[in-house]
Amino acid sequence: MIISVASGKGGTGKTTIATNLACSYEGSVQFLDCDVEEPNAHLFIRPDIHDVETIRTPVPEVDMEKCTLCGKCSEICQFNAIAVLGETVLPFPELCHSCGGCMAVCPEKAITETGRELGIIERGSRKGMAFIHGKLRIGEAMAPPLIRKVRENIRPDVLTIIDAPPGTSCPVIASMKGADFVLLVTEPTPFGLYDLKLALGAVKLLGIPCGLVINRSDIGDDHVRAYAEAEKVPVLMEITFARKIAEAYSRGEMPVETDDHWKAMFRELYSRIAAIVQTPIEKTG
Amino acid sequence: MQELVVISGKGGTGKTTLLAAFASLAHNKVLCDADVDAADLHLILDPKIRQRHDFQSGHTAEINPEACTRCGLCRELCRFDAIGENFQVDPISCEGCGVCYYFCPENAIAFPLNTCGEWYVSDTRFGPMAHARLGIAEENSGKLVTLIRQQGKERAQRDGLDLLLTDGPPGVGCPVIASLGGATAVLIVAEPSVSGLHDMERVAQLAAGFNIPAMVCINKFDINPEQGKAIEAYAEKKNIAVMGRIPFDPMFTKAMVMGKTLFEYNGRSEGSDAVRSIWEKVAQRLDDMERKNSQ
Repeated sequence: MIISVASGKGGTGKTTIATNLACSYEGSVQFLDCDVEEPNAHLFIRPDIHDVETIRTPVPEVDMEKCTLCGKCSEICQFNAIAVLGETVLPFPELCHSCGGCMAVCPEKAITETGRELGIIERGSRKGMAFIHGKLRIGEAMAPPLIRKVRENIRPDVLTIIDAPPGTSCPVIASMKGADFVLLVTEPTPFGLYDLKLALGAVKLLGIPCGLVINRSDIGDDHVRAYAEAEKVPVLMEITFARKIAEAYSRGEMPVETDDHWKAMFRELYSRIAAIVQTPIEKTG
Repeated sequence: MQELVVISGKGGTGKTTLLAAFASLAHNKVLCDADVDAADLHLILDPKIRQRHDFQSGHTAEINPEACTRCGLCRELCRFDAIGENFQVDPISCEGCGVCYYFCPENAIAFPLNTCGEWYVSDTRFGPMAHARLGIAEENSGKLVTLIRQQGKERAQRDGLDLLLTDGPPGVGCPVIASLGGATAVLIVAEPSVSGLHDMERVAQLAAGFNIPAMVCINKFDINPEQGKAIEAYAEKKNIAVMGRIPFDPMFTKAMVMGKTLFEYNGRSEGSDAVRSIWEKVAQRLDDMERKNSQ
C-alpha cells in the first residue's frame, strides 16, 4: 500500500505526520521523501545513509561535424532549449525537458544525449525501515523528474509512506499519482482551508481516496471541519496545538518514539486508512 | 524601481502574514502574490479585481481516434508514458513536448494551447496588486510567476510607484527561481527548527547563486532560541543581513481568521512591534541599496 501525505499549504505538519506514521507502524515500511526541493524527513528519521546516486536527465549534445544547420531541432523543441545561432547550434540544457524530440528529428543523426544533473538520491535505513529521499540540486528548476526517480524505489510488497511537497502543481501530482491513499494535512485557518480545497481538487482529479488530519485543531475557526463534512472527506485525526510538541519538532524529535499515547494515536490513524483502502469500492481514476 | 521578494524555502513559516503586514506599513508600492500554486495573500488583502486574463501556456496532445491507425509510433517516442494502450493521452502525464504530434504519420494528433489559469490586476486597501490562480495540476507555474511580476512592475511604472512587494513561493524549484530573477533583494522568513535551518540554507544558496542580496528574519523565535541563533550564525557567515526576531504570538492566527493584517488587528503587541521594527530595517536597507546603485 502507498500512502501519500500532502497538504496544499506548507508548514501544516506533513513531515510530522508522515514520519510519525511510518515510525509507529509495526510491519515492514519504506519512507520516501518526495519533497525534493526542501527534504526534511531525514532530520527526524535520522537514517544511516548507505548509498548516494547522482541523478541526471538526458539533454542534447550536437556534433557540429555532422550538423547542417537545418534548424529542425529548434523547430520541434517546445521549450526553446536548442537554437541555431549563426554557424552553430546552441543547446540550453537548463530549459530542456528531455523529450528526445531534437534527437529523433535530426536528419543527420548529429544529436546525442549527455546528462544534466538534477540532484541526488540517498538511500538508507533505520531500524528496518527503508529510507529514500531526493535532493534537488540548488539552481535546478525541475523537480518532477527527480521525484519520479525517487518513486522508482517503491517496493510493492511493503507499506510505502510518501512525504509530498506543498502546493498543487506538477511536483505534488508526481508525488501523489499512483498512491492508494492520500492523507491531507491541514490547519483550521483561512489559508489552511483555501489551500486544502486546491489540494482536494488535485486528489479528486487523480481519483484517489483521501482523508484529513487537522493539525493545531484548536486554533483558527470551524470552516475546515464544515468543509470536510460537506465534501464527505473523513477527518481521521485531530491534533491540538501544544507548545511542547512545537518545541520537540523544532529539535527534530518524533513524539511516537517517547510517548506511547502518540504511538497508539498513529497506529489508530493507520488502521483507519487501511480500513478505507481495503473497502472494496471501485476506484474512479 | 525596487523589488523585495519574501521567500522561505520551507512552507508555512509566515511569509504571507508578514508580507500582508508590510503592505500596511510600506508606501508607494504594488503587491504581487507570486505563490501562484497556493496563493493566499488575497485572503487578507481582499482585492477588487480590475483586470482578469486567461493564462495560456504550454500544449497538450490529443489523439483523434478516427484518424489514428494505432501504428504505435507515438507510444514508442513518448518519454513520459503519457499515451495509453488505448491510444488516449493522459493529460496529467503529457509534458507538452509535441514529439507525438510532430511524428504522427496520419496527422491524427492535435496539439492545442492550454489555458492553465487566470491572472489579475486588482486594487486593495493598500494599493494595487498583481496575482493569479493556477489551475489544479497545471504546469508552467514559473512562467506565470514571471508574468505577474512583470504585470506588477508595469502597474508600478504606470502609477509612478517605486516598490514591488512580492510574496514568493516555498521551495527552491521552478517557481522560486522565476520569482528571483532581477529582484533587488530577498527577505528569507525562517523558523527556528532543524527543518527551518536546513531549508533556509538551501534557499539562501539559491539567492546567492543569482547574486541577490539576502536578509533574514526568524519567526516564532522563542520556540527554539538555540536553532534561531544557529540560523543567525549561518546568516552572518554567509553575509546575509539579520533583520530581527519575531516571538511566537497566537495573535497572528487570530488576525488571519479575521482577514486582517497584524496592524489592523492589534498594532500594539510584542509580535507587531517586532514586525514593525523588521520592516523599518528592511526599508532602510532597500534605501541604502538604491543610494549605492545611483552613485
